Amino acid sequence: MVPRFWRKIKYRYDVVASYCENCGNYYYPQREICPKCRRKGKIKDAKICDEGRVLSYTILDGKCIALVELENGTKMLTEVCGKVEIGSKVRKAFRRYGEESEDGIIYYGTKFVPIESDKKQKA
Amino acid sequence: MIGIVSYGTYIPRFRIRVDEIARIWNEDANAIKQSLGIFEKSVPDVDEDTATMAVEASREALARAKIDPKKIGAIFVGSESHPYAVKPTATIVGEALGVGNYYFCADLEFACKAATAGIQICHAMVKSGMIDYGLAIGSDVAQAKPGDALEYAAGAGAVAILIGKDPIAVIEATVSYTSDTPDFWRRDLQPYPSHGGRFTGSPAYFRHIVNAVRKLMEDHGYTAKDFDYAVFHQPNAKFPQRVASMLGFSEEKIAEGLLVRVIGNTYSASSLMGLCSILDKAKPGQRILLASFGSGAGSDAFAIYVTEKILDFPRNAQVWEKAKNGVYIDYGLYLKNRRMIR
Ligand SMILES: [Zn+2]
Repeated sequence: MVPRFWRKIKYRYDVVASYCENCGNYYYPQREICPKCRRKGKIKDAKICDEGRVLSYTILDGKCIALVELENGTKMLTEVCGKVEIGSKVRKAFRRYGEESEDGIIYYGTKFVPIESDKKQKA
Repeated sequence: MIGIVSYGTYIPRFRIRVDEIARIWNEDANAIKQSLGIFEKSVPDVDEDTATMAVEASREALARAKIDPKKIGAIFVGSESHPYAVKPTATIVGEALGVGNYYFCADLEFACKAATAGIQICHAMVKSGMIDYGLAIGSDVAQAKPGDALEYAAGAGAVAILIGKDPIAVIEATVSYTSDTPDFWRRDLQPYPSHGGRFTGSPAYFRHIVNAVRKLMEDHGYTAKDFDYAVFHQPNAKFPQRVASMLGFSEEKIAEGLLVRVIGNTYSASSLMGLCSILDKAKPGQRILLASFGSGAGSDAFAIYVTEKILDFPRNAQVWEKAKNGVYIDYGLYLKNRRMIR
């Protein structure tokens, strides 16, 4: 588990998407080949934008898992910390994913949080 | 000229009121608020810790600086709540920021003053030409035993200070005062700290800050009048108010930086959070006195001079906005968020 996580750090700590220079589409998770252009595609690493919008979400084990569309059109499935609705604006955040065990490695990575427009309110 | 080229802050969104904690322990909330000058404190989310908050504050500092992360030559994280006992928080921060692999890196520990020690190290490294930019971070999720007096104050937050040339605020001078004083400690493998009760005041906090600041003034020819603002470590609101008056600073000069009332004591981030809230408002030509305090014990004092460059520096969202924009939780959710119950 440790080596597997370690190899993914680059993609989890700050999410890297794939960008096709031929058609201008972004893909996440990363692709080797552009699903649209196939052989004509030119895939490159691209950092994702910091902000996006919730397209859809569901609550799984008390966690909010959302399909988020980023400003450049990248769509990703991600955990959102906090209450959201369809259309809510969210931004990238660095959070704990979990831990291996009490004495094991702590996993960190990217989640999203609602962009605060709320005044003081009750949780 | 070497000094602060950028800064970023992070305050987690949850708050718990002193009244709510006092309700659980059947204590007099008004008496506590009166004696500490604290009304509420910041609480992290269940998946936040010292490392995640350090990354958030650093990302804000880098976005404001508009520099390539690879230009950062050193990262130091000061904290007393590093997520690992052995494995540096600063490596996690460096990886998340994308600074590459060739950088000086260490976690620092000196109770609540570890981050100002980080600023001194970065300042010296930039001055010597070893690095172009250094990032000094203070981040803490302060631990307090449920029911202990510390529970009313122990907050959470992070500050990242980017040190380099051509700054928005020059570090004109810095002096440290250090002694072996057992006012507050946590032994290895113990989850919560212990403190020396009344011993935390005069021989610790006041003696160290006063001696550091007086020496800074003596050596560099300043008086209290030369400073437009002053900010001190804030274990509560009363200590900084008292030390300010001992050193000849008026209430107005410390008011801007006194965040402890609404976010509690953010430990390594405490005095620096105050400094950042002052930088949010500061004008070119103004001078700020900063004095941290770390139990054990020591104080780092700084004279900081604001330059013209601050006029073009992006300062939103401001620290006070972040401090005031919280979501209140009850004691049960507080225990869950602090991972004391699962
Ligand atoms: Zn394509």
